[in-house]
Amino acid sequence: MKILALILAYNEERTILDVIEETKIDLPEADILVVNDGSTDKTKDLLTGRKDIIVLHHSFNMGIGGAIWTGFNFFSRNDYEYLVRIDGDGQHPPSQAGKLLESLVEKEADLVIGSRFIRREGYLSSLGRRGGIKLLNILTAFLLKQKITDNTSGFRAYSRRAVCLLAEDYPFDYPEPIEVYILSRQGFKIMEISAKMRQREGGITSISVLHTYYYLVKVLLTILVNFLYGGKK
Amino acid sequence: MNPYPLGLVQILSILFSLSLLVLIIVLIRRKKIREEYAILWIVIFLAFFLLSIFRGLIDNISSLLGIRYQPASLFLILIGFLFLLVFHFSLVISDMKKKINALAMTLAILEESLSKEKKNSS
Repeated sequence: MKILALILAYNEERTILDVIEETKIDLPEADILVVNDGSTDKTKDLLTGRKDIIVLHHSFNMGIGGAIWTGFNFFSRNDYEYLVRIDGDGQHPPSQAGKLLESLVEKEADLVIGSRFIRREGYLSSLGRRGGIKLLNILTAFLLKQKITDNTSGFRAYSRRAVCLLAEDYPFDYPEPIEVYILSRQGFKIMEISAKMRQREGGITSISVLHTYYYLVKVLLTILVNFLYGGKK
Repeated sequence: MNPYPLGLVQILSILFSLSLLVLIIVLIRRKKIREEYAILWIVIFLAFFLLSIFRGLIDNISSLLGIRYQPASLFLILIGFLFLLVFHFSLVISDMKKKINALAMTLAILEESLSKEKKNSS
């Protein structure tokens, strides 16, 4: 079983080394790929010269979607079977990544999402953002006829065919909810398991509270446009 | 034919649109601007040129559209063109962004495999 742990890093000098160490301990069988998305702090220096991990550097900041896309393309060009995504800010505890991968393999799923809201424990994000997430969930449930409690969670494990499909044409701007949408429409199996997240140790959130609703409107627009374009391909 | 005498404004606007038209063609010849992006500009300047030569044209367009105040149809045409142009730029920018991302992604992967190969050979 060849596993790739994809760690995304944008200006995570304070946390990135801890996250890598934790991942090495918790997923000893996995290859670790760090995508440095054009960090302007010491992240790049901290990562260069390491032989125990694979590091890809973007020449400029592409945004989280771009970093995921690069990771997915690296995965699809090599013979990995499973991918698990871990954020470089320490938000996703690598100790729980194994749980995601287990469900993926046992249930033969294509995407397993680590959800904060199944058991409602750990860090649950701010109230304003939770409202936005809730609205998104209602719409997803309606369009996909499947309830997803934490559609914006980036703590996810993927099957090879899911990664290869997404690597072709990646939804850069709003990766998480659109990923679910694309995979679901292809009839891929998506499931959620409970995951306990930590409040990010360093870095800044990619979506500020004020931006949450702007983000939401754009996501809804993307989903609706895609939906109008017809059913399963 | 032309009910209006040739005024200074008209001479100026003919010269202005003509020189812009020439400028665009020179830029295309010198390969400073891609043909596909220049086509809309040529259409715009050509329209300016025609409108400034045939002043009655605006009156005809106005009556055709049911606009009583002729300058309004001039503004309408102008805004229409500008709208098209900006829209066209959005398309071009989106396409370029997509391509730049693909390049940066490929570059990142290639750099890594290159440095790995160097390490292996040394």
